[in-house]
Amino acid sequence: MDLSLSEEQRLLGDAAGRFIAGRYSFEQRRAILQSREGFSRDIWREFADLGWLGLSVPEEFGGLGAGPVETSLVMEALGRALVLEPYLATAVISVSLIGDLGTQSQKSDMLPAIAEGKSVLAFAQAEPQARFALDDVATTATRAGGGWRISGRKDLVLGAPWADALLVTARMSGGQRDRTGIGVFVVPAKSAGLSVADFQTLDGARASNIIFKDVPATALGDNADALPAIEKATDIAIAAMASEAAGCMQVLLDTTIAYTKQRIQFGKPLADNQVLRHRMASMAVKLEEARASALNVILNIDADPLTRARAASSAKVKVGRAGRFIAEQAVQLHGGMGVTEELNVGTYFKRLMAIDVIFGSPEFHLQRHARLSRQAA
Amino acid sequence: MDLSFSKDELSFRDEVRDFIARNLTEEAKRGQRLTPSALTEKAVFASWQAALYKKGWVAPYWPKEYGGAGWTPAQRYIFESELSRADAPRLLPFGIHMVGPVIIKFGSQVQKDFYLPRILSGEDYWCQGYSEPGSGSDLASLKTRAVRDGDHYVVNGTKIWTTHAHFADRIFALVRTSDTPKRQEGISFLLIDMKTPGISTRPIITIGGDHEVNQVFFDDVRVPVENRVGEENKGWTYAKYLLEFERGASFRATGLRRQLEEVRELIARDGSAVTGDDGIATRLSEIEIDIDAIEMIELKLLSDVQAGRNPGPISSVLKLRGTELVQAITRLGVDVIGYDSLIWEPRRPLYGLNEPTVLPEDELAILPSHLNGRAHTIFGGTSEIQHEIIAKQMLGL
Repeated sequence: MDLSLSEEQRLLGDAAGRFIAGRYSFEQRRAILQSREGFSRDIWREFADLGWLGLSVPEEFGGLGAGPVETSLVMEALGRALVLEPYLATAVISVSLIGDLGTQSQKSDMLPAIAEGKSVLAFAQAEPQARFALDDVATTATRAGGGWRISGRKDLVLGAPWADALLVTARMSGGQRDRTGIGVFVVPAKSAGLSVADFQTLDGARASNIIFKDVPATALGDNADALPAIEKATDIAIAAMASEAAGCMQVLLDTTIAYTKQRIQFGKPLADNQVLRHRMASMAVKLEEARASALNVILNIDADPLTRARAASSAKVKVGRAGRFIAEQAVQLHGGMGVTEELNVGTYFKRLMAIDVIFGSPEFHLQRHARLSRQAA
Repeated sequence: MDLSFSKDELSFRDEVRDFIARNLTEEAKRGQRLTPSALTEKAVFASWQAALYKKGWVAPYWPKEYGGAGWTPAQRYIFESELSRADAPRLLPFGIHMVGPVIIKFGSQVQKDFYLPRILSGEDYWCQGYSEPGSGSDLASLKTRAVRDGDHYVVNGTKIWTTHAHFADRIFALVRTSDTPKRQEGISFLLIDMKTPGISTRPIITIGGDHEVNQVFFDDVRVPVENRVGEENKGWTYAKYLLEFERGASFRATGLRRQLEEVRELIARDGSAVTGDDGIATRLSEIEIDIDAIEMIELKLLSDVQAGRNPGPISSVLKLRGTELVQAITRLGVDVIGYDSLIWEPRRPLYGLNEPTVLPEDELAILPSHLNGRAHTIFGGTSEIQHEIIAKQMLGL
């Protein structure tokens, strides 16, 4: 039983903190956000040089072969700086899917390219009718010659405008809600048959809604039972986002404490008022619990699927609610300035809103947790 | 990072399990399950304490020279978790976790030799004289006075919320020995025999129907000066040391999980009207998610302590959230039994009821536990005080 960081992990965390402090200030972020592409290729290359893009890529494919703890350290730093680049979709979700589903030759093609920063991938999973259910897949994959053709609609494909290729979930057989018959397919970004609507998300990232019409695709591996791997990849993503959210919440708490100490009203600092002190204490308690809940899923990523899934849903509930509370209170305690674009408080608020909904709201995950608990009983 | 216990720790866990299997009687477990108050009565824990005493496990966290077991923090965690899981009766904290450590740290050799063995054997039953009718969270405002008269103090005043004073052999009390401008500097820490002339107690019945707490009156009570711990007027230092033990006293998550398990068992009973109720299932999950977080905070704390790091004021977070969860669980219990929560069983102790009751036995403690449970966020430092500690010590506010 040891929950302390190893020396290497501590160094990684420190390096991540230093990097974002030096290279991702709020002004630098704003410049990236306002650039045409909304994404910095330079930063991406530096991520590759630091080894972050290959953090969870196995060593035989040019990565560091590190685990979810290392990912969480990087994600927390990315959260503190509200990094816009599609680290989660490429270096976390795609690496997990390719590692679990890909053939040996797909892994040798795709994983080193991710680690080297040469390949940006997006995960096309969500569908309009499914809300957050991963097993509700109406997009179809049909055999065509040696390959496949994809038809259907995918919403909120995060990072798609920057991606070289999409990893698309599609149904190969069975009914819309069957747990089997779902595969993951590789579709190059410029393929014929894609109708793409690009947009900016509320937190400044870019995404697309995409309609597929008989788009040629390659199956990732040869597996008509990809749902377990999809569920695992999203649970890993939830763990990573929980750490990112912890980074966001920590900044909001620190900023709020500093502000209430310095702002004078009625002749004394705001922080002298017990109602505000206790509010900030509640924020700190919720952050502690969110961190603990994040750690619980991080350390259970390799547990049996039921344990892992329960831990992931648990974190989604805890982190989602803590994030909402801390963000709302941070705005409240900053007063009028909190609702302006002149402070960064609102920007963290928006990112926490996004984290709250991506891969399922707290309410969805509470129901999932209850369902899994019945299953476990 | 690694969540698993070492081979040695796992074999220690087996040793604890084996000890429980051999020594924990069904009667003792039933007594603990039918204890709706925060603390367990001697009639329930006596046989269990005797078994622990024989094994040397009554106060395993004390230094070895005083009868402790010399355990690592992980062993302590395992021990407490296994006991909670098994419904083992909880021993009283007043001797083992409170006055014992104070005597060990600040007491005279004579005091150590006399009191410590009697705590371990269970011969002495202690209670705590801290709060007064006018001094709750603001403990330093206490007014019970001890005036020196030769080699005695003469004590006058009153203490309140004195748990189990009606059973106790001795009370450790904070008394005012000087009217210094700084109130904390005029307090002394006395060890008083409850049979001393001039001491009387009045029962206070709590809303759950239990007689757990009392008011204690001191009317010209003569206490030998050698019963003072440490120096005169330094009692506040010792009192604060004790409070640290009180708040950081134990790991809570496993006990909470066990309590929730009991509610789950009620829900799953044959013919239960709430089996399959989605609202209830959701609330079970809400609580379990909270317990998961508390457990991980405790494991982090354990890991910090093992590595020799100071875990800081996190025990306030655990006290605050742990007690809120006790309340959430007991409230869920009440909701699960529905109309049965309106049936009032006035007889006490519940574990002493061997004749038929209107309520089934697995529901007997539900309502009193819920009502008495409201005290958890009040005693041992209210939730509001915990917020204040968190604001000051964790956030530097």
